[in-house]
Amino acid sequence: MKYLPLLWSSLWRKKVRTVFTLLSIFIAFLLFGLLMTIRTAFSFGVEIAGLDRLVLIHKVSLIMSLPVSYLERLRATEGVTMATHNTWFGGVYQDPSNFFAQIGVEPEPFMKLYPEYRVPPDQMAAWLADRQGVMVGVDLARRFGWKVGDRVPILGTIWQPKEGQVWEFNIAGMYDGEPGIDKTQFFFRYDYLNENRRGGQGQVGWYIVKIADPGRAQAMGATFDEMFANSSAETKTTTEKGFVEGFAKQVGDIGAIMVAILIAVLFTMLLVAANTMAQSVRERTSEVGVLKTLGFSNGSILGLVLGESVLIALLGGAAGLGTAWFIVQQGDPTGGMLPIFVLSGRDVAIGAGLVVLLGLVAGALPAATAMNLKITDALRRG
Amino acid sequence: MLHWTSQTIAITALNLRTIPQRLSSSGVAIIGIAGVVVVLVSVLSIAAGFTAAMQNSGSPTRALVMRNGADSEMTSGVSGTEADLIRQAPGLRRDGQTALASAELYVIIDLPKISTGSAANVPMRGIGPQTLAVRDNTTLVEGRMLEFGTNEIVVGRGASAQFSGLTLGSEVRSGQNTWKVVGIFDAGGGVSETEIWCDARVLQGAYRRGNSYQLVVAKLDSSDTFDTFRDWLTANPQLNVQVRRETEYYAQQSRALSGLIRGVGFGIAALMGIGAVFGAILTMYTAVSTRSREIATLRALGFDASSVVVSVMVESLALAAIGGVIGGVLAYLAFNGYQTSTMNFQTFSQVAFAFRVTPALLALGLIYALLMGLVGGLFPALRAARLPIPAALREL
Repeated sequence: MKYLPLLWSSLWRKKVRTVFTLLSIFIAFLLFGLLMTIRTAFSFGVEIAGLDRLVLIHKVSLIMSLPVSYLERLRATEGVTMATHNTWFGGVYQDPSNFFAQIGVEPEPFMKLYPEYRVPPDQMAAWLADRQGVMVGVDLARRFGWKVGDRVPILGTIWQPKEGQVWEFNIAGMYDGEPGIDKTQFFFRYDYLNENRRGGQGQVGWYIVKIADPGRAQAMGATFDEMFANSSAETKTTTEKGFVEGFAKQVGDIGAIMVAILIAVLFTMLLVAANTMAQSVRERTSEVGVLKTLGFSNGSILGLVLGESVLIALLGGAAGLGTAWFIVQQGDPTGGMLPIFVLSGRDVAIGAGLVVLLGLVAGALPAATAMNLKITDALRRG
Repeated sequence: MLHWTSQTIAITALNLRTIPQRLSSSGVAIIGIAGVVVVLVSVLSIAAGFTAAMQNSGSPTRALVMRNGADSEMTSGVSGTEADLIRQAPGLRRDGQTALASAELYVIIDLPKISTGSAANVPMRGIGPQTLAVRDNTTLVEGRMLEFGTNEIVVGRGASAQFSGLTLGSEVRSGQNTWKVVGIFDAGGGVSETEIWCDARVLQGAYRRGNSYQLVVAKLDSSDTFDTFRDWLTANPQLNVQVRRETEYYAQQSRALSGLIRGVGFGIAALMGIGAVFGAILTMYTAVSTRSREIATLRALGFDASSVVVSVMVESLALAAIGGVIGGVLAYLAFNGYQTSTMNFQTFSQVAFAFRVTPALLALGLIYALLMGLVGGLFPALRAARLPIPAALREL
């Protein structure tokens, strides 16, 4: 610690160089933070998807519907604590580019299955009292400036109402949740849809089943699929996590692309920083000689040079990660295409680890050179 | 003027010849710039590939008729009687008595993606006897056309390469149906190469669709008869449909995704570019400061300050150009033609496409590299010009 002032002053020996090194490290870790956020966004919340929730879809594909009659049979199965169904609506609000997920649900069981969606009790009561009521995510409400009580018309695409083409909804309430939870969804009542659509009565999109023992997810899934085998609508059951993962894989391996870009960025920055460190130690050969003459041990010289490089990395890296975090706090810049837009604690920790690593690796070679300098050579070269 | 030019050339040549002596710091600048160009070009090549696949799908002489309000084939619905009405519209091409209009179904089935092994939404299109005449950019490259009334399918090249079990002669089980692959088709790189085609009537039965379709694809008499065709259909009170040119439809389908990719690509490249400019500035500062005595000597000998500026700028631009070329070549070798597939959110189904490193993207990368070199060289060059001669001569 007592060497900190010495480190500090050698850091500012060449101001311009230090500033630019700091800036390039800053940029590298700003990018790190943002790319990790995009990576999380493209995993569609797989980290928070429940292992004790199973998803049953039609075996042929997700777009095929299942009969609503499966619900009672699922609820009656041993080991099932709760079950409900969801239906994809796919409507258009004002313009097709305003995409957001609209899902028909059974309000009470649905909210019990997803305790992570937090709703004020009076808004929940309002939703139960109004068939046309919807529960919208706070991010979605902010995007369109909706308030509780607003009337929202949505153009039906898959499901047409009996009259005209437009479905009318009333905003009954808004749900909130931890960071990392998708707060851009629009949950409306299945009974409203089912009574008013032109066709497809009694059909639902998929089932969500909560099981008592997550360890038996595989076996339970097999039981369900067997139950509905050889019927007109066979099912395929996966855990919610597996379902989300499968969905993310369909989009493509965004994660791998992000990691490849990050490696390119960090490698480049490492080169820049290492080169600057080496340059700065070369220029100070005679100073190192003086320090050694004054009795500094080889170990402390090594420590000083490494310390200087780690200090630069820490200053630049902390600023970069901090700025990335600040930007991410401002929310999704695409206006709804990336509903889960968070910089996770795990990624910040990885970033901090990389900062220290960058400092150590960049300083290693110059530090070793400085340590091995002979006093006589060092002083002569000056 | 001639004097100034020869001075500038002399110093510049000296600078460029001594680059090898400053190999490590010049190398850093080159690698930094090359890294930025690789990232910029490769990310944009994803968008270029996706857009190209979408554009190759559309022809201005084809029109898509869907239910009013449907934003994609997936959500549209057209009944058999409506399809018959649409066939009577003026403006579409006729082969003798038959209108070149194809009523089609569009569904998705789950098949494993080869690269990940997990299920993917593969689009399946139910077609009719007129389809090949309407979609005239489609040719069979292997096997033969399916026989109508059977469970035979033909598969697009992209689908055959991306999803397992879609090779010629193999059988595909889906639900209670078994489909037999009898042909592989090419659609000029368009989206339909990711599709599986089967007989629409067989698919109606398999998916319990009765006598209904999702859209009608019509071959127009010429690109100019579109308005006639559309106006007749939209004015008909028995129909509630929306008519779009195929080109417009696919342009709209690709807008969201390619916009997102471009935004991400330019954003990353801009940030990385700033980082690389710092790298270039550092390199050129080092280059100037290690030679400050030389520069001062030249100035003392009567060389002009502006020729020193130019020489530093030229060196910086040369390094940037080398970096830009290396980056472009690397991106081309690594990514051009790289086959992949992603989800088209509008239709909820997979689209196979290849990354495209186009000459325009390579030029963009090089321009960006030179820009970085220009900015990176500017401050060190000014500093070199402002060096106080006596002090610099005394310097180490």
